[in-house]
Amino acid sequence: MLYGFLMLLVCQLLGELIVVAGDIPVPGPVMGMVLLLLALVLLKKPPQSVRGVSEGLLAHLGFLYVPAGVGLMLHLEMISEYWLAILAALFVSTLITLVVTLLMFKLFGRLKRKRGEN
Amino acid sequence: MEFWVFFTAKPLFWLIITIVVFVCSVALNKRAGGSPLLHPVLVALSLIIVFLLLTKTSYETYFEGAQFIHFLLGPATVALAVPLYDHFERVRQMWLPLLVSCLVGAITAIVTVLAVGMFFDLPVGALLSLAPKSVTSPIAIGIAEKIGGFPSLAAGLVLITGAMGCLLAPMLFTFLKVDDDAVKGFSMGLAAHGFGTASAFEISALAGAFSGLAMGMTGLLTAFILPVVVSMFGLI
Repeated sequence: MLYGFLMLLVCQLLGELIVVAGDIPVPGPVMGMVLLLLALVLLKKPPQSVRGVSEGLLAHLGFLYVPAGVGLMLHLEMISEYWLAILAALFVSTLITLVVTLLMFKLFGRLKRKRGEN
Repeated sequence: MEFWVFFTAKPLFWLIITIVVFVCSVALNKRAGGSPLLHPVLVALSLIIVFLLLTKTSYETYFEGAQFIHFLLGPATVALAVPLYDHFERVRQMWLPLLVSCLVGAITAIVTVLAVGMFFDLPVGALLSLAPKSVTSPIAIGIAEKIGGFPSLAAGLVLITGAMGCLLAPMLFTFLKVDDDAVKGFSMGLAAHGFGTASAFEISALAGAFSGLAMGMTGLLTAFILPVVVSMFGLI
């Protein structure tokens, strides 16, 4: 278990270092995620300790972003001024994103069928 | 009174408050039949904000205790590699349609939200916090921090997006006559991250697996694409 946690932290640290050294506009932990993914592909199978710690953390993912979410209290003024525009932007964007993604798969499905006919 | 001042000054108090309120919110959500509108995170952070405002406590004071929870977001983000690895075989078999759909979907999500937001003249800080709204919270918080948005606002907007996606998706499946569970799941994970994945699992295990895959891929791709798109809009 401890070994798994160490592995996550080391990946995160390396990720942060790469991001800073390369001046890459990507969050350090995301770069750490790429490193861990590469390591898992090379290892062919995630070590049990890494899987245990990861699944434990991910099972409580919602809880982990409560402290950040409480920070909304710093933006109450802006939210009360712009809430309608923000909701409209979220709604329109979520709707279009879903439709576009579904249509992409329809397109691929049609391509596949055509190839099958030939 | 003096006891109260002493007690709240301790970071431990805010750590305990966060855990207790969250546990209660989860119980409340279960009683309400798991409605996405009463999502435990939304309920918990509303209750904590009200409590902080009533006791005139600053966010900084609260965060002294809550930072220990917040810190774990980093390793949790790295941990997303494990479920992503579990889908590795699936991705290898059909990588082209998955990758292209994910790229197009992720870019659509960023461009449309920025376009509507700019149409309504939202301030830049709000736009930069809106941009990562389709991405799972830990990654969205990281992206918002990196590009100069408000991480906490981004976290809240991600939650609202998730609830919207879960409500919209079933209607669109009927309207567009989608009957493939893999496609249903993938679109929900892409547009509505963890919320979408949770409700995709209610459709079927296959839908859930593809939703989890889409959530991971979208988070990863968005982290790399978003700074480029945002700078094309002239925001950073």
